[in-house]
Amino acid sequence: MTPDWQEGGFGLYIHWPFCEAKCPYCDFNSHVAASIDQSAWRTAYLSEIARAAAETPGRTLRSVFFGGGTPSLMQPETVAEILQAVRKAWPVANDIEITLEANPSSVEAGRFAGFRDAGVSRISMGVQALNADDLRRLGRLHSVEEARKAFEIARSCFERVSFDLIYARQDQTLADWRSELMEALSWGSDHLSLYQLTIEPGTAFGARHKAGGLKGLPDEDLSADLYEVTQEICYHAGLPAYEISNHAADMAQSRHNLIYWRGGDYVGIGPGAHGRLTLEGQRLATETYLAPQKWIEAVSTRGIGESDRVIITPTEQAEEYLMMSLRLAEGSDLRRFTRLMGQPIDRTRVNELEDLALVELKDDRLAATQAGRPVLNGILRSLLA
Amino acid sequence: MTDLNRIRNFSIVAHIDHGKSTLADRLIQLTGTVAERDMQDQILDAMDIERERGITIKANTVRIEYPAQDGETYILNLIDTPGHVDFAYEVSRSMQAVEGSLLVVDASQGVEAQTLANVYQAIDADHEIVPVLNKVDLPAAEPERVKEQIEDVIGIEAHNAVQISAKTGLGIPDVLEAIVTRLPAPKGDPNAPLKAMLVDSYYDSYLGVVVLIRVIDGKIKKGDQIRMMKTGGRYGIDKLGVFRPKMQDIAELGPGEIGFLTASIKQVRDTRVGDTITHDKHPTPNPLPGFKPSQPVVFCGLFPVDANDFEDMRDAIEKLALNDASFSSEMETSAALGFGFRCGFLGLLHLEVIRDRLEREYDIDLITTAPSVIYHVHMRDGTMMELHNPADMPDMTHVDRIEEPRIKATILVPDEYLGDVLKLCQDRRGIQMDLTYAGSRAMVVYDLPLNEVVFDFYDRLKSVTKGYASFDYQMIGYREDALVKMQILVNDEPVDALSMMVHRDRAEGRGRAMCEKLKELIPRHMFKIPIQAAIGGRVIARETLSAMRKDVTAKCYGGDATRKRKLLDKQKAGKKKMRQFGKVEIPQSAFISALKMDS
Repeated sequence: MTPDWQEGGFGLYIHWPFCEAKCPYCDFNSHVAASIDQSAWRTAYLSEIARAAAETPGRTLRSVFFGGGTPSLMQPETVAEILQAVRKAWPVANDIEITLEANPSSVEAGRFAGFRDAGVSRISMGVQALNADDLRRLGRLHSVEEARKAFEIARSCFERVSFDLIYARQDQTLADWRSELMEALSWGSDHLSLYQLTIEPGTAFGARHKAGGLKGLPDEDLSADLYEVTQEICYHAGLPAYEISNHAADMAQSRHNLIYWRGGDYVGIGPGAHGRLTLEGQRLATETYLAPQKWIEAVSTRGIGESDRVIITPTEQAEEYLMMSLRLAEGSDLRRFTRLMGQPIDRTRVNELEDLALVELKDDRLAATQAGRPVLNGILRSLLA
Repeated sequence: MTDLNRIRNFSIVAHIDHGKSTLADRLIQLTGTVAERDMQDQILDAMDIERERGITIKANTVRIEYPAQDGETYILNLIDTPGHVDFAYEVSRSMQAVEGSLLVVDASQGVEAQTLANVYQAIDADHEIVPVLNKVDLPAAEPERVKEQIEDVIGIEAHNAVQISAKTGLGIPDVLEAIVTRLPAPKGDPNAPLKAMLVDSYYDSYLGVVVLIRVIDGKIKKGDQIRMMKTGGRYGIDKLGVFRPKMQDIAELGPGEIGFLTASIKQVRDTRVGDTITHDKHPTPNPLPGFKPSQPVVFCGLFPVDANDFEDMRDAIEKLALNDASFSSEMETSAALGFGFRCGFLGLLHLEVIRDRLEREYDIDLITTAPSVIYHVHMRDGTMMELHNPADMPDMTHVDRIEEPRIKATILVPDEYLGDVLKLCQDRRGIQMDLTYAGSRAMVVYDLPLNEVVFDFYDRLKSVTKGYASFDYQMIGYREDALVKMQILVNDEPVDALSMMVHRDRAEGRGRAMCEKLKELIPRHMFKIPIQAAIGGRVIARETLSAMRKDVTAKCYGGDATRKRKLLDKQKAGKKKMRQFGKVEIPQSAFISALKMDS
C-alpha cells in the first residue's frame, strides 16, 4: 500500500529568520540582526539539505518554499546555491514550484531578477494593506505605491505572483474592506492570501491587547460579515477560496501549501522550521532550534539543526490530517482518515453537522460548506474533541 | 473542686466585628492564661475558616484564673458562642450553661440586629448582663449615645457600662473586675448526685469525641462511670480537664465548673447537646429538660466537579458529619451533575462553611445547586410530603397546596437607607410587622418567606445599604402561598439542577434573570440554543443564544500543525469540564455562576 504521505506529496521548507523590523502582529520566528554572515548561513543550509536528503533518498520534490522572516533579504546567490544543492539532493518534479516570500519594497524588488535567475518561480508578497494608515499601524515599512511597483516588477519577472492582505483590522468597516479588496483584485493577481488579523500572544499587538489597548477590533459578528464578504467578492472575481484564507484562480493554488493541507511529507530547514517525515512506516514531527545562532551552531558542530523529533501516533496523524484538510474546499478523504484512525469518523456527529448545513459528505469526501468554513474550529471540536 | 463563690461563668454577646474575639483574646492575655509567645489573634477560633471569616462556629470554652482586687483568685469560665444567625439555636443552648453575659457594643456603631437577637437569648436565659462599650478610642465613638440606645432598644441599665478598647487593651482590667463583682456566682450542691449539662461536643482525631460539660450538682472525676440520660449511653471517663484554652487535665470538677471529658465516644452523633450526664450508679432524680436537636433549614445539592472525586467526597462528608450533628446529607443523582449529595444546613453561612471545608480540607472542587428550603407539599389525598429538592416536586394535579417556611426578620438600618430596605422586603414578599426608631436608626421587623432570604437577600441588603444594615432572623412557622416549580430548559431539555421553587408572581422576573445569565454563561454553539424558563408546560421567559458565527484559525501551515493538535488536546481536556445536555455543552463554571446565591 502506498504510504499515506504520498497522497499529499513531498516538499521542502526553508526558513530565513531575519527581518528588517519586527511587525507587531507577527508571531513567526523572525529576528532583526545588524549584520548577517550570508556565507555561514549558506553553508548551514547546504549541510542540512544534504542531511535531509540522505534520509529521504529518491523522493520526488514537488516544491520548495523560502519563508521567514523575510527571505527576500537573502542574496540571490545564496538562493541560487541552495537551489542547486536541492536539485542535486532530490529528483524534482517537472513542474516544481519554488516560492519565495518577499516584502514589497523597492530594494527587494531590485533582487527579483536575481531570484528568478536562481530558479525561483513564484513570489508571495506581504502587501498586508492598501492604505497608508493601516500599513503604519501594522508596522510595515513600505508604502502602497511602493508595493504596487514591487508587484509590477515581480509580475514582469515571475509567472506566478501572490500577495497577502491582513483584514479585520482596527476600525475597519465592511465598506472599507470591500473597496480595499476590490482594489487589490484590480491588480490582477491569480492568488491572494487574505488573513483576518489575529492577536497572538507574545507579539506587540498581543501585549497591547492584553493591556486593554488595540481598540476597535471587530466583534464576532463583524468578523463573520467581513469573512463572508471576502468570500463573495473573491468568488465573483474568479478567485474562489480553495482554503480558509487562500484564494486562487484555477491551477494557481500554492502547491507547496497544499502539501501541508493534504497531509504530505515536508522537510523543514532553518531556525524554528517544522517538518513532517514518514520514515520506516512512522510519521515524525521535527522541530529545529528557534534562535538563529543556536541553530547555526547546532548545524556546524553536531551536523543537525533539529532540536526535537517525535513520533506522531496514527491517531494523532488522523486528527492532524482532518484538521489540515478540512481547511480546503476539496475537504478530507475519509478513507484516509479511517485507515489512519483504525476506525471510521463518528457518523452521528457528521450527520448533525450535515443537518446544520456546515459540512457536506460526498463519496467519502467530507468538506466544510460555505457556512461551515468560518466556524471550522467548532466543526473540528465536535468531530474530534 | 472550686468554691462556688469564686466561680463566674459568662458568655460574650456581640454583633460580628464588634470585637468579641478580640476582647476574649485580651482577657486571656491579661490574666496570663496563655504565655505571650503562644498568643495569636482570635485564639479561641481553632478552625482556619473561623479565623479568616471572623466568626465562631462551634462553642469554645476557656478557663481563666483571675486574682481580683478583693485579694481572692477567681475562676472565670468563658463560653464563646457563635454570633451568626445560622447558629442562633446553638447560642441559646450554650447560654443555659452560664449565669451572665458581657454585652459588647461597638461605641461608634451602636446596637445591631445580631446584638439584639443574641442579647434576648441571654435575657431569656436569665443572665445578668454587663454592657461593654468597645472601640471607645475611635474618633467616631459616641459612648453616651450608645448607652442611651442600649437602654432604649434593649431595655437594660447601661449607665455603668464598661468602656474599653479591646484593640489597645484599655479598660480590660475593669471588665475582669465587673465579671467578678457584677455577675452572680453559680449555685449547686456538691453533695447531690452528679448532674452535668452536655454543652457541646466535637471530634478530635486523637481523643475521639470531646464533650464540653457544665457541672450543676455533684462532682465528676476521671474513671467515673457515667450515663447520658437521654441517649442512654454509658461510658468510663478517660480524661477530664479544662481548656486554658489548651487542654489541661484536672482531677475533679464540681458544681458551677466548666470543662471537658473524653470517654471513648466514637461519634459526635452519639452525644446530644443539652443531655444530662450523671453517675451511672447514682443518677440524679431531676434530669435537665434537654433541647430539641437543631434542624437543617436550607438544602442544596453538592456535586463533585470531577466525577472521580465522588468517593473522596463521600468520605469527607461522613467525616464532617461526625463532627457536626446539624449537617445532614444523603446521596443524590442528577442527570446534569451525576452523583452527589443533597445536604441540609442551619443556614447559608453554615452551607458556605461546610462547602469551603470540603473544598479546602479535602481538596474537592464542588458544584453547588440553588439553595432551597423545606416546603410542605399537601397532597390531595391528605398526605404531606416534605420537599427538600425541587427536582422531587410531584405533579401539580396531585397537589392541594404548598406551604413554605416563614421567618421574622429584624433589620436595623440608618434612616437614609430605610426606603431601600422596605422596598427590598416588599419585593421579597415581606409583610411588615413593626417599624420603630432607635436614635437615627430604624428597626424594621418583617415576616418574610425563608426561600426569598436564602437566595440572595443578605447580599442585596448589604448592597442597598452600603453595608450599614444589620440583619437577623428566626423561624416562625409555615404558611401557604402560591408556589410553583420553575424549570430551566436549555435547547428544550430540562436541566434539573437549575430548577427551583418560586412564588408565582416572582417566577417571571426570576426566570428572565436566569435565562439572561445563562445566555452569557453558555458558550456559543454551532447552532442557536433557546434558553427557557417554564412552569409546567408554560414558557414564562425565553432567550436565544445565537449560533457561533466565526471561529476559525486564519493561518495554518506546516509549522502550525503541532500547535493546532495541542490545542485540540486542550479542548478535549476542557470538554471534561463540560456537562452535556442533549446536544448542548454547559461548562461547570456556568452552573456555579448561575446558581450563585449572590447573583
